[in-house]
Amino acid sequence: MVTSGPFSRLFRSPPPVRGGRVSERGRRASRLARLALSLTLPRGRGRGSDSPVLVLVLVLVAVLDPGCSRSPPPSASSAPPTALRIGSKTFTESVILGEIAAALTQGHGAPVVHRRALGGTQIVFGALAAGEIDLYAEYTGTLAQEILRGVPEDALASALAARGIRMSPHLGFDDSYALGMKADHAARLGITRISDLAAHPELRLAFSNEFMDRADGWRGLRAAYQLPQRNVRGVDHEIAYRGLDAGDSDVVDLYSTDPEIVEHGLRVLDDDHHHFPTYAAVWLYREDFARSAPNTVARLDAVAGRISAPAMIAMNLRAKRDRVAEETIAAEFVAHELGAPPKSATANGTPAPPARAPEGWLRALGRRTAEHLFLVALSLLMAIVVAIPLGIVAARRPALGRLILGVTEILQTVPSLALLVFMIPLLGIGEAPAIVALFVYSLLPIVRNTHAGLRGIPASLREVATAMGLGPGASLRAVDLPLASPAILAGIKTSAVINVGTATLGALVGAGGYGQPILTGIRLDNVGLILEGAVPAALLALGVERIFDVVEKIVVPKGLRL
Amino acid sequence: MLELCGVSKRLGGAEVLRGIDLTAAAGSTSVLIGPSGCGKSTVLRLMLGLLAPDSGMVRFDGAEVGPRTVDAVRARTGYVIQDGGLFPHLTARGNVTLMAHHRNWDAPRIQRRVDELVALTRFPADALERFPVELSGGQRQRVSLMRALMLDPDVILLDEPMAALDPLVRAELQADLRAIFRALGKTVVLVTHDLTEAGRLGDEILLMRDGAVIQRGTLAELVRTPRDEFVSHFINAQRSPLETL
Repeated sequence: MVTSGPFSRLFRSPPPVRGGRVSERGRRASRLARLALSLTLPRGRGRGSDSPVLVLVLVLVAVLDPGCSRSPPPSASSAPPTALRIGSKTFTESVILGEIAAALTQGHGAPVVHRRALGGTQIVFGALAAGEIDLYAEYTGTLAQEILRGVPEDALASALAARGIRMSPHLGFDDSYALGMKADHAARLGITRISDLAAHPELRLAFSNEFMDRADGWRGLRAAYQLPQRNVRGVDHEIAYRGLDAGDSDVVDLYSTDPEIVEHGLRVLDDDHHHFPTYAAVWLYREDFARSAPNTVARLDAVAGRISAPAMIAMNLRAKRDRVAEETIAAEFVAHELGAPPKSATANGTPAPPARAPEGWLRALGRRTAEHLFLVALSLLMAIVVAIPLGIVAARRPALGRLILGVTEILQTVPSLALLVFMIPLLGIGEAPAIVALFVYSLLPIVRNTHAGLRGIPASLREVATAMGLGPGASLRAVDLPLASPAILAGIKTSAVINVGTATLGALVGAGGYGQPILTGIRLDNVGLILEGAVPAALLALGVERIFDVVEKIVVPKGLRL
Repeated sequence: MLELCGVSKRLGGAEVLRGIDLTAAAGSTSVLIGPSGCGKSTVLRLMLGLLAPDSGMVRFDGAEVGPRTVDAVRARTGYVIQDGGLFPHLTARGNVTLMAHHRNWDAPRIQRRVDELVALTRFPADALERFPVELSGGQRQRVSLMRALMLDPDVILLDEPMAALDPLVRAELQADLRAIFRALGKTVVLVTHDLTEAGRLGDEILLMRDGAVIQRGTLAELVRTPRDEFVSHFINAQRSPLETL
């Protein structure tokens, strides 16, 4: 599925473009994921609704909720409510772990749904807390540093329990910051540990810019190990690897399960002073789910201690370099490494549900187009229904109009990813939060154009309408709205085109659409996949423009088009 | 039929009308004339209830024009403004029949009335389906007049209806309006700054200045016995060089 499209085939031969490291714990994940995180809730604060904008948004959401709480998307609705729902973050390792969880639990009763690459830490943890998913793979370091700030490592389990979440034993590998060198170079110099670097002040270090900046990055490391090196440069991460291959630098920062370790033949130096925080992988379960499905939890917990760092590196490498589907990687790992019977041969002899046939790219395109159009059309329709009356009120009551325009303008400035994150506690994940967010963004162009279109009607014409005896309502229907229709329609068109683009972000909260391949493509550094989402989105935007040209001919009175 | 009693009105800080007294007799054509800014258009707006007087009273057929009566007043009044004030999104027919549709007239009744008006105003029937931008200035004013007459009102108010027309079209329309007003016997109030037009159409002329009526009478009375300097000045300023030849 991942590599099924025409673009991915097209782009398979050249080396994949690698994204820079990002600030999320899934630092290798996309820039988008970094954005998603940086736009999540303010550091050190709860989900307080102390911001007036947030309050407005929440009120709006509360008001509009009935309109948009339709049935969940097909992927979820096809499974009964008792289905096991697994989540994962927008980076490959997390998706592989989600697939391992799926492979471990599939064919044991309850159907399994894996909501892949749902979003960044805040989104996925939020989804777990809100009961949208039952479990996902997390890292202890992320819990300590980002989710439960200030909670010491040994108190994580109890702090999570207070939130109704259970933490499994460590899965076996630790994905923390590390330093790496070319294996042969390290061997020549006899370096195996970070403390060995102290004896080699001539070594040239090339670190990602974020590692240079972080307190626990180079600054902390240098102090902890008394490192003498002076030749330290902050570079793009990909360039750092190339510099290493070309012999321009000797030491780089990396994550301990990076596939690059294998690809570039690196030696990971032992953090012998334990400077870097531990990022041990664990499962997080909802407590209510864990109670209701003890067998499933037992099956998942049985993996504890059995996913080694080399195994994780190998799986990451297969996904990223060899473009093998995460499902396949996970299934093979479960079958071979953990010795669990393959899905198709379950104990009771009944055949497991047949493995999902890979979706043809045309079919995938059709499905995504349908999902995307649904998001755009429903949100736009809601916006039209709300924004045109608002624009009318704004035009007829100038004082109220300033308030209405002001509020819609403020709503427009809420970053879209932040808005999506705000929606999750209220609407969960899936299409509802995406539609509400798109609705909010569609308001301003329509309200503003309705207002401007009505205000632009010559005063003499409105006076004539009144003098003829048309009341406010009749005048609106017979005169004002037809005369303002070109402006109103232009506003709707603007909203529609913007919506087509913005709707790609809906994939961050599991709403599907063209954003799905874009997100996956960013995660897998697969330009072809990104284009599989981006090109249809651009074409759809053009198509929407053309459609509105036709609509204009129908809606705008002929007399105004002469 | 129409009466303003001691009406004052301030608009945007300027005193537009200063205790004006004015009557328009039923079945006759009264012309409000005066320099720009003398308040003549404001008088029409007050008669239609589009503005409320600051003090004094506006009466329509004996009843005060106010929130309770304004709908009835507007139903019995036709209004024509400069350039016609036609709705650009409606055809000529659409403009003329808008209020009849609003009042749920049936189609045959509407068609009968349109036929009458087309004949009355000498408007080319095949141009009824055209949009205002497709009509000439004179045609637009004829459509506007048809629209004003559609519901057969008792009163017709015209605010500089011919100011934007070229002289030939204007002369033709003036002649037609005169014939129409005579034939229909409606109460007509026409606002203009053109003395010739006032003379051709008006049974009575009310010369206004600075928000008050300075002199009223026929054109001949105004010319022969101007009340003051301003009146003779206003009249002489409009004498055509043609008269001296």
